[in-house]
Amino acid sequence: MSALLTVAGLTKSFGGVRALDDCGFEVAEGAVSALIGPNGSGKTTAFNVITGYQAADSGSLSFRGRVVRRPDPCRLQRLGLARTFQQPRVFPGLSVLENVVLGRPQPWRALLRRRVPGADRRRAEELLEEFGLAAHAERPAARLSYGQRRLLEFASVLMADPALILLDEPTAGVNPVMVETMERHIRRRYDEGVTFLIVEHEMRFVMRLCDPVIVLDHGRPIACAAPTAVQNDPRVLDAYLGE
Amino acid sequence: MTPLHAESRLRRAGAARAAAFLAVLAVLPFVFGQHWQVNLLVIAVMYAGLASAWNLLGGYAGYPALGHGAFFGLGAYAMAIGAGHLGAGAGYRPFLLVPLIALGTAVVVAPIARVLLRTRAVAFAVLSITVMFMVQTLAYNIRSLTGGSQGLAVPIAPFDAATFERPYYYAMAVLLVVTVGVCWVVRTSKLGLALNAVRDDEDRARGLGVQTEAVKLLAFVLSAGLTAAFGAVWAYYISYIVPGFAFDPLLSLVAVLMAFLGGRTTLWGPVVGAVLVGPAQQYFAYRFGASQLYLIAYAALFLLVIYLLPDGVIPSASRHLDRLRAAYRSHATRRDQPDQVPMEPVLPRGGRG
Repeated sequence: MSALLTVAGLTKSFGGVRALDDCGFEVAEGAVSALIGPNGSGKTTAFNVITGYQAADSGSLSFRGRVVRRPDPCRLQRLGLARTFQQPRVFPGLSVLENVVLGRPQPWRALLRRRVPGADRRRAEELLEEFGLAAHAERPAARLSYGQRRLLEFASVLMADPALILLDEPTAGVNPVMVETMERHIRRRYDEGVTFLIVEHEMRFVMRLCDPVIVLDHGRPIACAAPTAVQNDPRVLDAYLGE
Repeated sequence: MTPLHAESRLRRAGAARAAAFLAVLAVLPFVFGQHWQVNLLVIAVMYAGLASAWNLLGGYAGYPALGHGAFFGLGAYAMAIGAGHLGAGAGYRPFLLVPLIALGTAVVVAPIARVLLRTRAVAFAVLSITVMFMVQTLAYNIRSLTGGSQGLAVPIAPFDAATFERPYYYAMAVLLVVTVGVCWVVRTSKLGLALNAVRDDEDRARGLGVQTEAVKLLAFVLSAGLTAAFGAVWAYYISYIVPGFAFDPLLSLVAVLMAFLGGRTTLWGPVVGAVLVGPAQQYFAYRFGASQLYLIAYAALFLLVIYLLPDGVIPSASRHLDRLRAAYRSHATRRDQPDQVPMEPVLPRGGRG
């Protein structure tokens, strides 16, 4: 299997802190990879740099076999790379349906077309149905619960049919039923050939779902292997427990 | 009710509102025919248009521009200079300049907008005010073009004295209709959806592939161009402009406050705000005009309204209506549980940025 996303030599410092330190790894096409590590090991920074929300100090990024210079969230999304956030981000003033519709990028000349064209509406309604949010379609997203916002954020990302989805802690602060829902949706997209890279603290979730598991510590990867192998890797245990 | 039904119903109500609005605009100068009354109408319609034009950028996109006086003044000076070239006795011809002035301002403003839009929130507000004062200072100092602090006279039109204000009133009214029309088109299009997304969370919108830079720029130049058009008609109307009044910081603020008062997430909010504030402004100026107290009375009115109706008149009123309806319904259906009035969480639409 070839690599869909390759990062090499990523470095990012905040003042004196090296959040990423010569960080390099690959995300294989069609796999559900996990990115784990103790708090402050640079997982979210890696996401931000990969998706262009923060500029790296150095390093390179290639996606779908082409080198992406100066990553920009808008361009990357159009190339097929999408993400969610650690704190779910929805557009509170827009309706739930509009939140999803917005996920489909529009060409220039579509700007003056209808706000929610019929085709977009149908596709969005399908997604909302699938995520159990159909009853809320016309309400403002501000009314949704925390867990529902996570699902909505995920649904809106799917609207663009991305090739790679980066999920930042998809189960954090979400009740167990919702975790199962989330897992079911990830599995379904995985079956459709979507690639995932997931930052997650909930280890049972990772062990069930992800292979391989990439472990970050102090901004650099220290292991990349199957979940069971990672669990028994002394370096990983050391990073989490030892000093 | 299915969403499709709700949508078509909304359309019909919208069309009815638009028709009523057009009818009222058309007959107003006949109902209130006195010179001073039509004068008030010209100014009120102008403010309704300015507030609506501001709302494109400030309301839909959530960019708190406070320097629209700059574009108003640009339009005014462009008209003064243009009409001056046409000479006295030009009659209706200067009105033909208005679309050109709007277009020209939009083009000229684009590069400045591009720079300003790199900032957000408070920084953007401060920078937009700064631009206004910069342009005002230029108007004071480029004397060969603007006449400096002496001002610039615009040739007075040879209209019939009995109905002198009417052409200006109808010019303003047409501009207002165009502005509300532009707002409607923007609101109901992908552009409006993108702008609302920018208002709620610009970074995430960019991450979803929304061309945030482009849509913001579009909203800015539309807003500035329309504002300049009103400035142009205003200059022809008052026939003598000086930098202090053409580039008026208060004018920028009043338009903003009208949009806030009426409801800046709505189509008609700025118009409603202008209808409410315009007369109040005149009344305060008349009652307390001798001292500067009228400005304070004015500010007090606003504090009160912002305190009581933080989202503006239209959203607050429609929410109260919804709640009354819900309470009424639940009262009718569940008489056995009279305590259970469904409490809708009161969430401000789109934050207060």
